[in-house]
Amino acid sequence: MKVNWETFWIRIVEATGETITMVLGTLVFSSIIGMALGILLFTTREGNILENRFISALLNFFINIIRPIPFIILLFVLSPVTREVIGTTIGTAAAIFPMTIAASFVVARVVENNLISIDPGVIEAAEAMGASPRQIIFTVLIPEALGPLILGLTFVTVGLIDFSAVAGTVGGGGLGHVAMTHGYQRFDSSVMFVTVVILIILVQLAQWIGNFLSKKVMRR
Amino acid sequence: MITFENVSKTFVVGSKQVEAVKKVTFDVEEGDIFGIIGFSGAGKSTLIRLVNGLERPTEGKILIKKTPLHELKPKQLREVRRKIGMVFQNFNLFSSRTVEQNVEYPLKLSKVPKAERNAKVKQLLQFVGLADKAKSYPEQLSGGQKQRVGIARALATDPEILLCDEATSALDPNTTRDILNLLQKVNRELGITILLITHEMQVIQSVCNRVAVMETGEVIEQGEVFETFTNPQHATTKEFISATDQSLPSPQLLDEWRAKGGTDLYRIIFKGERASDPILSTVTRKHQIDFNIIYGSIRELQQQFFGNLVVSFEGKNDAVMACIHELKSIVDIEEVNTNES
Repeated sequence: MKVNWETFWIRIVEATGETITMVLGTLVFSSIIGMALGILLFTTREGNILENRFISALLNFFINIIRPIPFIILLFVLSPVTREVIGTTIGTAAAIFPMTIAASFVVARVVENNLISIDPGVIEAAEAMGASPRQIIFTVLIPEALGPLILGLTFVTVGLIDFSAVAGTVGGGGLGHVAMTHGYQRFDSSVMFVTVVILIILVQLAQWIGNFLSKKVMRR
Repeated sequence: MITFENVSKTFVVGSKQVEAVKKVTFDVEEGDIFGIIGFSGAGKSTLIRLVNGLERPTEGKILIKKTPLHELKPKQLREVRRKIGMVFQNFNLFSSRTVEQNVEYPLKLSKVPKAERNAKVKQLLQFVGLADKAKSYPEQLSGGQKQRVGIARALATDPEILLCDEATSALDPNTTRDILNLLQKVNRELGITILLITHEMQVIQSVCNRVAVMETGEVIEQGEVFETFTNPQHATTKEFISATDQSLPSPQLLDEWRAKGGTDLYRIIFKGERASDPILSTVTRKHQIDFNIIYGSIRELQQQFFGNLVVSFEGKNDAVMACIHELKSIVDIEEVNTNES
């Protein structure tokens, strides 16, 4: 059964809105959590400003356990927790929760990797000037790595568009859900085509914004 | 100003212990430009980092103006650091900040009000000769300019001590000269005590008044630059000196001299005011012999003359011996051994 495009386009607009909500919501939450975790990962490393073997080992252990789990499995594993926290496992809000969990650990690694590439001499210079660890984090680490950090977050965002399609198939709504139910299960290639095109446009848009912002702040 | 008392620093690398600094004792006095010279791996970098607590000693004491560094809590240590400027071999400027923002940074850490910060930054950039680069980013500057920014940044909080970690090692000879002049200006005009580490003899010679020579973690020789370099005791010190000042002709030339039937050669060292007296001609005339300078130099070292001449004497054997004997009581003189040199 083919869809009637005269009435169906409104469903596509809604679904696009749901996808954008899921991606942006997840991006905001996972950036905050991931940034904090990434900074902690970096600064507790051996020889670093907040060196702490225990916290470092614990964080690495945790991240290495969560990260290899395929997202679709994580969705199911987390669903009791999601029900507890959000109140439901269906809908956009319910998708943002597991997406945030999964993405936070990815962001943490991206942040850590970008901080490692900062010249240690610059951090040493700030220490020599009497900067506290907190001052080093906010006035040296983040500003010095901001350009690559934005590119890293852009990379994560593109991944989130992919996550959102997966979350959509299990009740999260969005373009993934539409593509699955109308395009795939009802053999309507026109729906499949439209959703894929919209997803491609979203990815391009995210990458373009990311490139633009990182170029604005990068000085190297 | 800075006192090292029996300071040692041992690093644990895997299962091995590496003694980077061994039982070092020395004093840097107010107004000094104190140079520490050593080959790479001698422990100089660790030593200079002990002064502002970037490294903690395993043993011994470091006093900054009589304050024992090891007794300070982290917060107090940060306060002390704000009064000790540091410049680095690789400049270590913040790439995300402009020149003026780099210089302003330590003032922000000290919570200096905005208007005062602006005035100070302007004055410092003027002082280091970079007033026109205020809005540039470090990547747009040459090495020498970057180091000037580094120096301006280190001076922002009006420190009493400036630490220079191989500050000229990444620069070409001309730029090195400029930066050394600037450091001298910092010492003279602002009265800042400077402790610098380097592997370049030229740096010590042109700006330092006192020097310590380091090897495998130990200070093997220290003192006034003039004394240490006109009368080196240790082989490593001699090696550093010969890097900038060849005191003898090459062995090939000496062999040629010998082969042509040349007479014995003597190396004479004049120091300070001795270099301005006509000693050689007075003494040789008295003994009625001639002298022939075949090699040598007279140079300035710490605003004093330092002469190093290789001469031969022509005349009766007895007279030559008597002449050499008399010279020995006035200057340093030694026979040049053509075979081993």
